[in-house]
Amino acid sequence: MSLDHATVRRIASLARIRVEDHEVEPLCHELNGILGWIEQLNEVDVSGIAPLTGAANMAAPLREDVVTDGGYPEKVLANAPERIGDFYVVPKVVE
Amino acid sequence: MLTDLTIAAARDGLRAKDFSAVDLTMAHLHAIEALNPRLNAFITVSHAKAVDQARAADVALAAGEQRALTGIPLAIKDLFCTEGVRTTAGSKMLSPFVPPYESTVTAKLLHDGAVFLGKANLDEFAMGSSNMTSAYGPVENPWKRRQDDTAVLVPGGSSGGSAAAVSARLAMGATGTDTGGSIRQPASFCGLVGVKPTYGRCSRWGVVAFASSLDHPGPFARTVQDSAILLRSMAGHDPKDSTSANLPVPDFEAACRRGVKGLRIGIPREYRSDGMPVEIDALWQQGIDWLRAAGAEIVDVSLPHTKYGLATYYIVAPAEASSNLARYDGVRFGARENGGDLRDLYERTRAEGFGPEVRRRILIGTYVLSAGYYDAYYLRAQKIRALILKDFTDAFGRVDALLAPTAPSAAFAQGENMDDPIQMYLNDLFTVPANLAGVPAASVPAGLDANGLPLGLQVIGKPFDEETVFAVSTAIEQAARFTALPSLRAGG
Repeated sequence: MSLDHATVRRIASLARIRVEDHEVEPLCHELNGILGWIEQLNEVDVSGIAPLTGAANMAAPLREDVVTDGGYPEKVLANAPERIGDFYVVPKVVE
Repeated sequence: MLTDLTIAAARDGLRAKDFSAVDLTMAHLHAIEALNPRLNAFITVSHAKAVDQARAADVALAAGEQRALTGIPLAIKDLFCTEGVRTTAGSKMLSPFVPPYESTVTAKLLHDGAVFLGKANLDEFAMGSSNMTSAYGPVENPWKRRQDDTAVLVPGGSSGGSAAAVSARLAMGATGTDTGGSIRQPASFCGLVGVKPTYGRCSRWGVVAFASSLDHPGPFARTVQDSAILLRSMAGHDPKDSTSANLPVPDFEAACRRGVKGLRIGIPREYRSDGMPVEIDALWQQGIDWLRAAGAEIVDVSLPHTKYGLATYYIVAPAEASSNLARYDGVRFGARENGGDLRDLYERTRAEGFGPEVRRRILIGTYVLSAGYYDAYYLRAQKIRALILKDFTDAFGRVDALLAPTAPSAAFAQGENMDDPIQMYLNDLFTVPANLAGVPAASVPAGLDANGLPLGLQVIGKPFDEETVFAVSTAIEQAARFTALPSLRAGG
């Protein structure tokens, strides 16, 4: 599977990373290099193997569904690039 | 010199009032002042805070209250959130970020009395094997080639600043994180002990996430015993990390004294790759002979899927990274690049804030998780991950620990291995399998190459059996008698 320019643009758009026109070709080359190298995994027989999602060999812990934290908007908003009162500010999204 | 002491010796010296915690911290702050402008091991030096913490340690010591790390000055990888101290993850994206909370691991270290000298440099978001991808500049390895002391070598990565700081005696120990080798490879490159414990042993809460199922916090130190002291303080159950193991933390320091008599040590034959440098192969054989002489039984074992570890890793890690790094959107914290509409703000923020390697990995991860490709790449990689874990499980049915090289080379020069991303990825060939399987592993300095650069041997253990890893590592340390020193060091 080899990526073309349109696919690289589509992936970048899914990842919300702006890619300039002159960056598409070098990115295409690098990503194809990595994906070509990964192709070696196709020689492994994985039939009947259950996928492993992680190394933690334990059941997911459960806890009571109660609020245990919060109530400090100043701390939460302290690193906001832009804020008004207790709100984050973003460009207008509704006309 | 105070900066040459081990943590264990400093602990005794503080108790005996041979020197104060302020003396010890000031000695390290002076060393940082002298050498950090060149090494660039620290992104942030928290001078005033460190002195305050050292004063508090002296008050505790005067009252006869000595905890495991009271007054011990450490470097903290700038991936651990530290309350009120800027945490960058080596990225422009987090350059304005001051965490309002403390990571669990650093909170445990503070609880045990440690002094934090500052935040250590690293590859951006811990993605790299050379510390060359940091937005805050590369780190210089304190070690020099004997024949060419002008070449500037990399300290390895991603925890390159942590390794350089401990090696050059700017800190007595350091925290690191290991997702594919980021503690063990820099430990090998800088002549240190580096330990990646079992997945779940150290909480990931408050550690800036790269690949959650592979990220492991762990310690750097100059001796196996010191690394055991640090790990004991860092480890333990944390309800805030749902993958944290609810198991008691053993006395790792005591485990260092167990010896290896009667242990069965496996030698995984697939780690003997064709292109392996002769001196690394010879060092590995030397390690086998040392352990046999110390009373261990050597067993040939097979980990048949070893060669697929790296490619599997380069699907799983970018996939998880693309998801974890989605949070950097320029809205709630971190840097922002303004644009036309909200989508433009996201896209410009992420193009400006992430460096090339991080962007590359996010794009690979996005692709392998995207509709139509998920089964072919991500699901297949997860199945091979299961086979790699099974390789270890089968081997550990026959042996107590494994011995292998840590890295396929000694430290290389800045600028080398930079043209092709895959060439850089190959650094992690021997370290990645332990991350995929979640098993504990340590790198121990075992010898020097022809250039006088340190080389490490890797000890890999059963899940939650770090004690055997410490016992085997101590046996190697005692046999290797590694006393070489880096060219650049405090008082050197």
